[in-house]
Amino acid sequence: MTENNTNDNNEAGGPAPERVVGTPKAGERVVSEAGTSAAPESGHEGPYKASETHGRPEETQRRGEKLASLWFVLAFLGGIGFLASYFVFGPEAIAEPQIAQYSNMLLGGTLTLSLFGIGAGMTVWARQVMPHYEVASPYDELPSSEQEKGSFGAFFMRGADESGFTKRPLMRRTLILAMLPLGLAPIVLLRDTGPLPGNKLKNTVWEPGLRMYVEGTHRAVRAEDFENDPNAMISALPAIDDEHHPHGISLDEMAKSVILLIKIPEGDWEERMKEEVEGTDGVTRLNWTHNGIIAYSKICTHVGCPAALYESTTHRILCPCHQSTFDAANAAEVVFGPAHRPLPQLPISVDDEGYLIATGDFTAPPGPTFWDYAKD
Amino acid sequence: MSKTTQAPKALRGVGNFIDDRFHLAKTGEKNLRKVFPNHWSFMLGEIALYSFIILLITGVFLTLWFKPSMGEIIYDGSYDRLRGVPMSEAYASTLYITFEVRGGLLVRQIHHWAALIFVASLVVHALRVFFTGAFRKPREINWLIGVAIFVLAMLEGLFGYSLPDDLPSGMGVRILQGVMMALPLIGPYISMFLFGGEFPGEDIITRLYMLHVLAIPALLLGLIVAHFMILWHQKHTQYPGRGRTDKTVVGTPMFPAFAVKAGGFFFFTFAVIAVLSAFVQINPIHLFGPFTPTSITSGLQPDWYMGFMEGSLRIFPNWFDIAPFGYAIPTAVLVPGLVVPGLVFGGMAAWPFIEQWITGDKRAHNVADRPRNAPVRTGVGAAGVTFYGVLWLAGSNDILSETFSVELYVTTYIFRVLAIVGPVLAFVIAKRICLGLQRRDRETLEHGYESGTIQQLPSGEFIEVHKHNSEETVHVLESKPTIASTALADDADVDDKGVENPKARKGTGKLRRALAHWYTKDNVPIDGVEAHSGHHLHHSAPEGEKEAAH
Repeated sequence: MTENNTNDNNEAGGPAPERVVGTPKAGERVVSEAGTSAAPESGHEGPYKASETHGRPEETQRRGEKLASLWFVLAFLGGIGFLASYFVFGPEAIAEPQIAQYSNMLLGGTLTLSLFGIGAGMTVWARQVMPHYEVASPYDELPSSEQEKGSFGAFFMRGADESGFTKRPLMRRTLILAMLPLGLAPIVLLRDTGPLPGNKLKNTVWEPGLRMYVEGTHRAVRAEDFENDPNAMISALPAIDDEHHPHGISLDEMAKSVILLIKIPEGDWEERMKEEVEGTDGVTRLNWTHNGIIAYSKICTHVGCPAALYESTTHRILCPCHQSTFDAANAAEVVFGPAHRPLPQLPISVDDEGYLIATGDFTAPPGPTFWDYAKD
Repeated sequence: MSKTTQAPKALRGVGNFIDDRFHLAKTGEKNLRKVFPNHWSFMLGEIALYSFIILLITGVFLTLWFKPSMGEIIYDGSYDRLRGVPMSEAYASTLYITFEVRGGLLVRQIHHWAALIFVASLVVHALRVFFTGAFRKPREINWLIGVAIFVLAMLEGLFGYSLPDDLPSGMGVRILQGVMMALPLIGPYISMFLFGGEFPGEDIITRLYMLHVLAIPALLLGLIVAHFMILWHQKHTQYPGRGRTDKTVVGTPMFPAFAVKAGGFFFFTFAVIAVLSAFVQINPIHLFGPFTPTSITSGLQPDWYMGFMEGSLRIFPNWFDIAPFGYAIPTAVLVPGLVVPGLVFGGMAAWPFIEQWITGDKRAHNVADRPRNAPVRTGVGAAGVTFYGVLWLAGSNDILSETFSVELYVTTYIFRVLAIVGPVLAFVIAKRICLGLQRRDRETLEHGYESGTIQQLPSGEFIEVHKHNSEETVHVLESKPTIASTALADDADVDDKGVENPKARKGTGKLRRALAHWYTKDNVPIDGVEAHSGHHLHHSAPEGEKEAAH
C-alpha cells in the first residue's frame, strides 16, 4: 500500500491507520473477539483462521444482502430490457443511421444496467456480507534444493548418455542434417504469396497520348479547364475504362498513377524547373509542362499517403499524414517533413482536341521510396 | 455462516467423479486457498484480462457476418448514402453488420472500445509492474511475456482496425506498407509477398483477417495463459506492510472472497465498455466511406496505441537519409519504423536484466518497491513515459496546431526538441521528487506526523504538534531497502588474496561501476533513525497527546 505512510488525521490520532480500500472499517471486529465465549479457534467455523477472518456485524450483513439483491433485481430488469430492446427496432428500421443510434443506445444502455447490476451486487456481497480476509500464506521457495538439482542433473545426463545421443556423433549430426531442409520448407512454401517486384514498382500505365480523367469521374481533362483559375489544382487518373473494375482501372493502378494537375503562374517557376534533366539532351522539366500546367504523382514519397493538400499562394503540396511538403513550382522538391525525394513528375502535353495527355511515364517510380527506386 | 462441513450429495458426486479421474482434491484446495494481496493497482492487469475475454466473445460474433474479401462490388445494401458506390466486400459487410444486424453496431463498438481499453490497461499495468520493481527476480520471464503481449496486442489492434477497409483503415495499411518498402534490400519483396502483389492488391484483407482472428489471438491466448499460470505459481507481489515479507504473502483468498470480487469486477469492466459503446461513437466507418488509394481526409488519427509510431513518423526529419551508390536508405522512415519501437519494446524487455547487472542483485523479491525508494529506476521510467508521451502527442500535431493556432511546422520543431529534452527533464524531476519524498519519509519516521494542531507554548512560541505514526506506517517507512550494488563493494574488484580482478579494468567493468554509482549515489538513508525519536514529539507534544497516540 503505497500510501500507507499518509498519516491518520482522525481526531483520536489513534492507532487505526487511515482506511485503505479493501480493508475493514474500524467498527468491524475480528471474529475471534466477536462475542463467543469459547476459545477463538475452537468456536470458529470458517475456512480460514479466526485471526485472519474479519467478520461483518450481522446488521451490516443483512443490509448487504438487501442491497445486493436490489442490484441483482435491477440487473435482471436490465437483462429483460436488453432482450426486449432487440425487438423494438427491426432490421429495416436500423437502416436509418439515426434509428441505428437509438437502437444502439437502447441495447447498450440495458446491457450496461444488466452488467453493472451484477457487478455491483457481487461487490456488495463481497464487501458487506462475506468477511474481510487477511490470510497469510507462505511464498514457495522457488529454487529446488541442491540435492534435487543434483539428482535431476545426474539422472538426465545418465539418460542422455545411455540414449547414445552424446556418445554417437554421426547419428546426432545426421539427425540435425535431416531436420534442416524441413526447417526451410515453410519459407519455400511462402514463395507463392506474391510475385517478385521486378519492374512492377517502377512502371505505371501512363504512356504517350493517354488522356486523363478527373478523379471520380469519366470526364477527360482539357487544358482550358485551367483557364478560369490561375491557381487551379485537379486530381486525375489515366483515362481508361476497363469494365472489370468499378473504378475503370484497378486499385493497384490507381495507387500508382494518380496525379495532381497544378496550374502555376508563368513567373513563379523556380530554379530546378529550368535545369536540364539528367540523362536527357537539353530537356528541362518546364518542357514537360503545358501552358503552366504541371503534373506530379499524388502519392507521397514518404510512406504513400495521397499528398492531397495544395496551397496555391506558396505552391506547396502537403501530405496530411506526416506533413511532407513539396514545392510544386520547384520540381516538387521536399521543403519540409520526412519525405526522402521529390514527387515524380509526369510529362504532359495536349492533343489535337485540346485534351491533356501524358507524353510518357513518371520521371521516377511513384509511391513510397524503396531502396533501388533510382536503379533501372 | 453455514454449519455444514460436508458438501451436499450432488456436489460430492461431481467432486468424486472428477477426483477419481484427476486426483485433484489436494491441488484443488491449495488453489482455492490461494492468496491475492489487496491493492487497487492489482486490478489493472485484471482489466486487461477481462477486456481480452470480451474481445474474444464479441470477435466471434462479428465473424458471423464479416466477409474478409477485397472483391469490388457496387453497394446496394440498406444504407442510403453509399448505395451505388464501389467498395470492397469487407467494407460492405461491415456496413451490413452496422445497419442490418440488430445489435451489430453495439457489438462492433464494444469490440473496438474493448480493444482500446485492453491495450490501455495493459500499458498501465506494465507501468505499475515497472515502477514497483515487480519485474525483479523471480518474475523476469513473466515481464518478458508481458512485453510480448504488448507488442502482439498492438499488431492485433492495427490489423483489426484495418479489416473494415474504410478510408482511414486503408490508409493505416498504406502507411504500414510504405514503412515496409523502406527496408533496404528486402523491403519491396516483403511488401510484394505480404500484399500478394502491389499495393493494395486483392489479398491483404484476407491475410490480415487470418492474422487477426486466428494466428495472433492464438498466440495472445497462449501468452496470456502462460502469464497467468506463472503469476499463479510464483504468487503475486505485495506492497510493504505489517506481516508482509519476501516469505509471506497476505491478502484475500481465492475462495470465497477473491472469486466473488474478481467476478464482480469482470462485470464492472464489461459494464464500462458497454456504456461507452452505447453512448460514445467509435470508428463510424459509414461516415468515412470506402478506401481508395487516391483519397484522404486531413486530421486522420490512428487508434491511440499506434499514436507514438505515427508521431515518430511525423517528427523524424529526413536529414539523415542517405543514398550510397544510388540506393536509397530513407532513415526518416526506418528510424521511426524500427528504431523507435525497438527502443520502446527492447528497452522494456532489457531493463530487468540491465538493472540486475548494475546492482548485482540476485535475490528473489516478493515485496514490491515503493517507486520513491528506487529513484533512478523511477526516473528512467518517467523518462520512458515522457518519450512515449511526446511521440504520442506528436501523432496529433496537426490537430494540436489547429486547436492552439500554432503553425504546423513549429509544432514539429517543438516536438523534435521535446522528444530529446523531455525525457532528460522527466528523469531529473522524477528522481528529485523521489528523493524529496524519501526525505519526508525519514522525517515522518523520526518525528511522527504533523497533526494540524497548533499550540502556544508558555514562552509564547507557536508550534505544531506532531503525533505518533501508526504501527503500519512505521512498518512501511522502515521497510525502505538500501539500494546498493555489488560493483561498488570494497572487495568487488579484488579477490580474496588481494589480487585485482582483471575484469574490473576492462571497459564493461568500468561501465558497470559507473552505472552502479549513478544508480546508487542518491539515497536518503534511514540507517540509525529510530522511529519517533525526533525532538518534535519529545519536546512539543504534551503528555496526554503522546499517550493517546500510542
